[in-house]
Amino acid sequence: MCDTCGCNVTHGNAHLLRPGGRLEKTAEGREAVSVLHGLLHENDHAAAHNRGHFNRHNVLVVNLMSSPGAGKTALLEATIEALDGELRMAVIEGDLETENDASRIRARGVEAVQITTGSACHLDAHMVHDALHHMSLDGLDILFIENVGNLVCPASFDLGQHHNVTLLSVPEGDDKPAKYPVMFRAADLMLLSKADLLPVLDDFRPENARRHLQELANPAPVIELSAKTGTGLDLWLEWLREAIAQRTSSVTPTQARDATVAAT
Amino acid sequence: MTRCWLKPMHELAVCQALIEQVEGIARERLAQRVDTVCVSIGPLSGVEPRLLEQAFPVASAGTVADGASLVLDCLPVRVRCQQCDQVTDALPSRLVCGNCGDWHTELVSGDELILSRVELLQSDSDSDAPEHTVPENT
Repeated sequence: MCDTCGCNVTHGNAHLLRPGGRLEKTAEGREAVSVLHGLLHENDHAAAHNRGHFNRHNVLVVNLMSSPGAGKTALLEATIEALDGELRMAVIEGDLETENDASRIRARGVEAVQITTGSACHLDAHMVHDALHHMSLDGLDILFIENVGNLVCPASFDLGQHHNVTLLSVPEGDDKPAKYPVMFRAADLMLLSKADLLPVLDDFRPENARRHLQELANPAPVIELSAKTGTGLDLWLEWLREAIAQRTSSVTPTQARDATVAAT
Repeated sequence: MTRCWLKPMHELAVCQALIEQVEGIARERLAQRVDTVCVSIGPLSGVEPRLLEQAFPVASAGTVADGASLVLDCLPVRVRCQQCDQVTDALPSRLVCGNCGDWHTELVSGDELILSRVELLQSDSDSDAPEHTVPENT
């Protein structure tokens, strides 16, 4: 079996390659190769490598995704302020251009590495790997990856994170989970951000957003949150603490080493 | 892996990853040309088949897969209900059981993005096939 090119010849499909088999070379010199490899194999491999690195440092990694302007950076600012002195955090920022978001995070005294993607619409595992060369994970409790604002492309690329958190801001409308199923299927937590606008944007019904998420067969919890007023922030912080506690109890140093070995 | 810092849509990045896998297979098999690339794709893969088709000639240009045909096998969205155990068709935006309507389902098919098959041509036995240089490092 070839481990490098993706041609998975196993005892289950080897008969196809034998004389008379469906995949044998024909007289015309045509050869059909059965592969069955994910197109994003390279990215997934890099993501597994990143995850092993995160596990070795026992740091919780949260991938924040949403459309542009849904309030990811504002959420991080509020989170940093609320957890100051309790948990050590760092942030990887993904944007097409500018260091604006990283500057906002650094202004709060937290390390931030900015990835500018040019016109690329998403972060991939290789970009995150490169960013990790510019930061230390030692002593960190949480690394947030703020993905490029986009409800489509980031969902396809595993970065090595432990959890996906997807923000749906109230002005966007409550049917976004149905309109962007790939993104919201991947969510481990959905935050209904800018919840302070619910009284004025009363056509947004949180129960509809919850129903659309459930109809994607996704049982993820939903928190209504306003980074501006602090509504729901306590539930979000509790979710983070619980995620850290689960990681600490479930990942032993041995498991972390095994994960690293498997990833390389 | 070829980096994709300046690509306007992720289908092109996905297509470049596809071409890199195909190139690796062609190199391994000492093929001079790739005739056909078959990809299985589901609506919940996050990749739009039409855009993948548009990106393929761009991503494959100048590679051993230049001129190859891309054949997409578009798979249906199917879910298995955890309540009634039936497997039914579903919409990408609504993965509920088609039998009892419950939302506690698991996806059986529909999120695939798989390079399933590559058809290669060997120059020594296919004189009509144009010669292509296989890049060593891409």
